[in-house]
Amino acid sequence: MLDDFFVRALVAGCGVALIAGPLGCFIVWRRLAYFGDTLSHGALLGVALGLLFEIDLTIAVFVVSALVSLALLTLQRRASLSSDALLGLLSHSALALGLVVLAFMTWVRIDLMGLLFGDILAVSKTDIALIWGGGAVVLGVLAAIWRPLFAATVNPEIAEAEGMQPDRANLVFMLLMAGVIAIAMKIIGVLLITAMLIIPAATARRFAGGPELMAILAAAIGAAAVSGGLSASLNWDTPSGPSIVVAALCLFVLSLTPLAGLADIVRARRAGRG
Amino acid sequence: MASQTAPLVSLNQAGVSRAGRWLVRGVSLSVGRGEIVTLIGPNGSGKSTTAKMALGIVRPDEGEAIRHKGLVVSYVPQKVSVDWTLPLSVDRFMHLTGRVSSGDALRAMEATGVTHLRDAEVRNLSGGEFQRVMLARAVARKPDLLVLDEPVQGVDFSGEIALYELIGRIRGELDCGVLLISHDLHIVMAATDRVICLNGHVCCSGTPTAVASSPEYRRMFGAPAAQALAVYEHHHDHTHLPDGRVRHADGSVTDHCHAEDGHHHHHGDAHGHGSSREGRDA
Repeated sequence: MLDDFFVRALVAGCGVALIAGPLGCFIVWRRLAYFGDTLSHGALLGVALGLLFEIDLTIAVFVVSALVSLALLTLQRRASLSSDALLGLLSHSALALGLVVLAFMTWVRIDLMGLLFGDILAVSKTDIALIWGGGAVVLGVLAAIWRPLFAATVNPEIAEAEGMQPDRANLVFMLLMAGVIAIAMKIIGVLLITAMLIIPAATARRFAGGPELMAILAAAIGAAAVSGGLSASLNWDTPSGPSIVVAALCLFVLSLTPLAGLADIVRARRAGRG
Repeated sequence: MASQTAPLVSLNQAGVSRAGRWLVRGVSLSVGRGEIVTLIGPNGSGKSTTAKMALGIVRPDEGEAIRHKGLVVSYVPQKVSVDWTLPLSVDRFMHLTGRVSSGDALRAMEATGVTHLRDAEVRNLSGGEFQRVMLARAVARKPDLLVLDEPVQGVDFSGEIALYELIGRIRGELDCGVLLISHDLHIVMAATDRVICLNGHVCCSGTPTAVASSPEYRRMFGAPAAQALAVYEHHHDHTHLPDGRVRHADGSVTDHCHAEDGHHHHHGDAHGHGSSREGRDA
């Protein structure tokens, strides 16, 4: 079954969506959209360095993303710049550095479009194993730190006072983000990973009665967007990443229409009875 | 109700400085089991900072903060704003930092009068409702140490008294220590074991005395305080200027009003500045 490239892409894409949904909820709750962008732009530098030193690209991207988030933490404490200025600085410097390093390596032939926008044709069985294996680890760790991380999201001071060690949870969360970007890069492309984190979570917000439900819904909506987007990509020969994001956008717009208002009525009725 | 054993939390000459300015300095206090300690003082006097030092949220830049190991702590901060993107019901909020049994959660919500809000979204609550919910969450955890920063802000007057009675009752039931920050001194005092008056430093501390007629006290906390259950005698020997310096009774001006600067005139264990409104609070 996995011999068909489309099935491979679908399995890989759904794997990415399942990881991106729950993590994306935290990105939305904590207003970290720009942070996601910064990490994914850093991924390109990771690819360039990976090629230069001939190490596995996924590992290289993970390491560079992790370093970028640590650099951000350090700079936030020391520098006198605001967070968004720092993020912009890191984000575009990493992107530019990556592109420059890639251009220098004339002996490497690289599909830049594939890196930036994802390439379903490139998904191998090894990639699938990596996505599902790595994804299981990411989701397992996220489940383990869920309570402290969520408490720190609601109020860091309560979390700190009541022994939730929010700093530790935040650090682990940043490493998970780096992991997701390394895993998702091949499918979605570095430029659009943030969309996969944010749009399904934003769509799920409307229907979710609680944080855990929102995470599950976001994963499901992301998987639906992957299926729709990849089918479109196959039919119309469009790049896979943008197609998936457009599909996710369609679901989001759909959630704003009166059709989705049914969900509100059902919830109101349930609340009235309770 | 004083603790015979080691205190749950204690501060020893602790202070916090930010950007070269001391927010609060030289604070020593301790909260023992079954004890209610109340921090009072004007705006910007370092009450919240002191509570955060006691909780370990803020590390003291001088002195030390010692907490008993393995304490169950509940904290109700002064300000909590829940982002609208967070789908958070009152019921889920009760379990924010640890699972509590549904019986405990329900009893706590009954005690603060918010059972009817169980399924409501936290971001839709009014200020007073949210305050009650936060108190319920803190109580349901059955803490050893309960730290409340202006816990009844936004709550209507009759509710306010009921909630303070509740805090007194919880102290009895759980035998927990309570560190309370309040400006409603006249209501809080009934159950308070010790009052610490802050104004960038500890002005005075000790057992509250049941004297209501002190004009200095009335000046510091307003006319309604005339019916106070207990007050301090405030003989002000120094005034805090807007720039943080201190003008003393003899007219001299210093950077702070520590005892070692030679300007402090103690009146028994009670002293302070009744005219602090002219200073930092102006």
